[in-house]
Amino acid sequence: MSIDKNTVRKVARLARIRTTDAEAEVLSAELSKIMTMIEQLSEVNTEGVDPMTSVIEMQWPGREDVVTDGAILEKILSNAPEQTAGFFVVPKVVE
Amino acid sequence: MTNLTHLTIKEALTGLKKKDFTVSELTAAHIKATEAARHLNCYITETFDVARKQSKESDARYAKGDGRLLDGIPIAMKDLFCTEGIQTTAASKILKGFKPPYESTVSGNLFRDGAVMLGKANLDEFAMGSSNTTSAYGNVINPWRRKGDDKPLVPGGSSGGSAAAVAARLAMGATGTDTGGSIRQPAAFCGITGIKPTYGRCSRFGVVAFASSLDQPGAFARNTEDCALLLQSMAGFDPKDSTSVNCPVPDYTQFLGQSVKGLKVGMPREYRIDGTSPEIIKLWESGVQMMRDAGAEIVDVSLPHTKYALQTYYVIAPAECSSNLARYDGVRFGLRVEGENLIDMYEKTRAAGFGKEVKRRILIGTYVLSAGYYDAYYNKARRVRKLIWQDFTEAYKKCDVLLTPTAPTAAFAIGDNMQDPVTMYLNDIFTIPASMAGMPGMSLPVGLSSDGLPLGLQLLGRPFDEGTVFKAAHAIEKAANFTALPQTLLSKVA
Amino acid sequence: MAHALLKGDTGEWEMVIGLEIHAQVLTKSKLFSGAATDFGAAPNAQVSPIDAGMPGMLPVINKLCVEHAVRTGLGLNAAINLYSVFERKNYFYPDLPQGYQISQYAHPIVGNGHIEIDLADGSSKTVGIERLHLEQDAGKSLHDQHPSKSYVDLNRAGNPLMEIVSKPDMNSAEEAAAYVTKIRAIVRYLGTCDGNMDEGSMRCDVNVSVRKPGDALGTRCEIKNVNSIRFVQQAIEYEARRQIEVIEGGAKIVQETRLFDTKNGTTRTMRSKEDAHDYRYFPDPDLLPLKFEQEFVESIKKTLPELPDAKKHRFMKDYGLSAADASALISEKPRADYFERAAKGRDAKLTANWVLSELLGALNKAEKELEQSPVTAEQLGGLVALISDNTISGRIAKEVFAEMFVTDKSATEIVAAKGLKQVTDVGAIEKIVDDVLRANPDKIAEYKSGKDKLFGFFVGQVLKQSGGKANPAIVNDLLKAKLGKG
Ligand SMILES: [Mg+2]
Ligand SMILES: [Zn+2]
Repeated sequence: MSIDKNTVRKVARLARIRTTDAEAEVLSAELSKIMTMIEQLSEVNTEGVDPMTSVIEMQWPGREDVVTDGAILEKILSNAPEQTAGFFVVPKVVE
Repeated sequence: MTNLTHLTIKEALTGLKKKDFTVSELTAAHIKATEAARHLNCYITETFDVARKQSKESDARYAKGDGRLLDGIPIAMKDLFCTEGIQTTAASKILKGFKPPYESTVSGNLFRDGAVMLGKANLDEFAMGSSNTTSAYGNVINPWRRKGDDKPLVPGGSSGGSAAAVAARLAMGATGTDTGGSIRQPAAFCGITGIKPTYGRCSRFGVVAFASSLDQPGAFARNTEDCALLLQSMAGFDPKDSTSVNCPVPDYTQFLGQSVKGLKVGMPREYRIDGTSPEIIKLWESGVQMMRDAGAEIVDVSLPHTKYALQTYYVIAPAECSSNLARYDGVRFGLRVEGENLIDMYEKTRAAGFGKEVKRRILIGTYVLSAGYYDAYYNKARRVRKLIWQDFTEAYKKCDVLLTPTAPTAAFAIGDNMQDPVTMYLNDIFTIPASMAGMPGMSLPVGLSSDGLPLGLQLLGRPFDEGTVFKAAHAIEKAANFTALPQTLLSKVA
Repeated sequence: MAHALLKGDTGEWEMVIGLEIHAQVLTKSKLFSGAATDFGAAPNAQVSPIDAGMPGMLPVINKLCVEHAVRTGLGLNAAINLYSVFERKNYFYPDLPQGYQISQYAHPIVGNGHIEIDLADGSSKTVGIERLHLEQDAGKSLHDQHPSKSYVDLNRAGNPLMEIVSKPDMNSAEEAAAYVTKIRAIVRYLGTCDGNMDEGSMRCDVNVSVRKPGDALGTRCEIKNVNSIRFVQQAIEYEARRQIEVIEGGAKIVQETRLFDTKNGTTRTMRSKEDAHDYRYFPDPDLLPLKFEQEFVESIKKTLPELPDAKKHRFMKDYGLSAADASALISEKPRADYFERAAKGRDAKLTANWVLSELLGALNKAEKELEQSPVTAEQLGGLVALISDNTISGRIAKEVFAEMFVTDKSATEIVAAKGLKQVTDVGAIEKIVDDVLRANPDKIAEYKSGKDKLFGFFVGQVLKQSGGKANPAIVNDLLKAKLGKG
């Protein structure tokens, strides 16, 4: 399985990671190698096997509907790269 | 006074109770050792002030005669555990300076029981790696050296800082996390003991996520007893983690020293993998002999899908990580690199903030989840995972524990195996299957390689049966009587 | 009812409409965190580290949300799935802190169902429900506070939403409006959502396509986040027209997401995203699948109130109301309850008229909700009783009602105090009739020569002379007898 440079750039864009042409070149080789390894999975007969999500087999736990958190504005903003008047601030989003 | 840093946790607790020394003295000895061993780069953040403060509080408790389970024991905290108000980086540039406004459940449990935190231990970035060479804060150096060779060796990964600190006697114990072998493999490389409990045994709340369905906190120490004490404190049901299992935590120390007579120890035949060093095979056989001598029954078992565990892992872990790491976007915390617009900011931030291995895995994960590939890769891997889980479930009908090597080789030199990610991934070949199945596993040092490096064996158990793992591990520990010390340490001590 | 067809240059067109309604589950805390859900808090004041997507934070589901989703599913006559799965929908946006939305995709908690919608002409129609799933809301980005920055408030992030997806069963803006109205009534009856569209507790994504009647489905466009029923109608009407023009102009409809501009009632393309969306859904490994037993569903079923459609049919059957009156009454539960209290032991049809016209009209004028009505249901019932037993006429009743609306008095008290009791004494009324006839000999002549309409004039005069108190039926009878016609 080979992942060409274009695919690398497409995937990188989807993952929001800027890649230079040179990086994409290297990644194309590395990812292709990994995908080749992964391809071996196709040898396994998985007919009738349900996909496994969690190794845990138990009743889902739930919370009661009670307010136990929030109202910690300072803590929430304490690591923010940019903030103003209680808001996080980002470059303008145009819709 | 004896060298306090060479005591086991159990010995230290006894000494503290008897007032042979104080917690402050114990902590000071470890701080001193850490300062002398900074070249090993075990810590990303030293928290000596925290340690001193905790020591004082601990001493006060001892003075009143109410010492707790781990009162006064200096430990290293893998820098993947969020610690309130203390920088938590996951060894990534993207979290530099991040101070969580909350405490992870596991670190909170340890503090509740009196543990003293010396620092936030180095690791592979976001726990992705097997050599602790992907940290944005520099490589961790294994305190061990090959005989007659000064080349720095890797401590294994991802919990390399934790393992190296415990091996180098900079901390009496440490926390780790294991996603595909990140506790067991570094324990083997550093000649110490490490346990990854059953998935769901320790809370993941406040642990920076790598691959949520696999990540599991666990402990490092220098013997099984100390591991049992640490795990005792860390484990337990946590309503803040939906995958935490509400299952009583037994007193793990009670299993130590129990007879293994009649215990069925399985040897999975598929673990005789090409490329495994003959020394490792020999070590495995000697481990089997130790169990046999202790009265255990050796059973041949089959884990037929072992061969595909690595491939399965490299679909599922990257898929989950690609999503788990989407939150590092420069908006609410962590690094931000300004850009011309929002997308530019995102892309620049993540390009600058993540290292190569992390990017590789995010991209693989994004790729296997993307439209058109989902069934071929991700769903396929989930089905194979089920088969791997079934393999273990079948095997445990025939045996009580499995005994295998921990890693296919001893610690390698920094720079080796780095060219090719796939070769590097092979390091985890013996640890990954149990991770995929969520089963508990432990590595303990059993012997030395011809060039003087520690080698470990792995014991795997049934879900939530860490007790039997401890019991079997303790039997091997007794028989192996591993007392070798890292060469660097010997020269220092001498 | 016949489809409302649109005329184009090339003939008639049919609209096909499907709706996705996001209804916020009525809870105190969020879907996966313990932060509050109150509307209108200061920015980021209701945010937990979980909602902010901070490292190591994990979701734990609010049990009430699961119950409410099941309850709502039952209210939509839908299949409840005993196994459902939370998945991650992955995309980057500043108000999506985790970089993914936890939603349900392949396995929603509620499957196929159906509801009845009530149209203005009294007819009704069944609309299919495709599914209902639980998901997190996103935060809010403010784009108009700064020339080059957007501000992010995460208070809404993590709020619990039910996404209710209809089948494409609607063919007019009116039907879509009736659908939203009915869904809102149902969730309000159930107490699972407050239905307040102006606070964003209910928002609609509208899917519109057009086709020639009988043709296969056309390409649809999705209009996002329309937040009032009136806007839903406007958006559909505009969008259908636009699509017809595009197709008749020889071009093709591109499947896309559009925004509704509330200022001019038009829709426009959302700035096309630089990448095609690839949400990479996969099961959230932090959450276990939702599994429950049928008994859980049954236990919720037992607590369901009578729902709008059942109530409507009961009102028609038990009270003999018209479909239109019944649907108007059941559209809001407090209204239906008010009606039933007022109608107890009274003439139900008359009560319905009084609730729907006089009472609602007066409340509307006074800008009051039914809950704030100065006239209680029992008081209105008392008024209806006085009309029914001929104590007062309908006309006097309106006067009495106006008085009731501003005082705390009962109808009987007002009638007694003001001496408004209807006169039924035939002798007394006959005297007035005679007076009126005596005063209008010319009108009598005109009437007798064939001007029938003048009968009303005589009735009016008599009622006027009696101060409105004369029983109209008796007045009628007497006039007919004395004028010798009828
Ligand atoms: Mg939608
Ligand atoms: Zn939605």
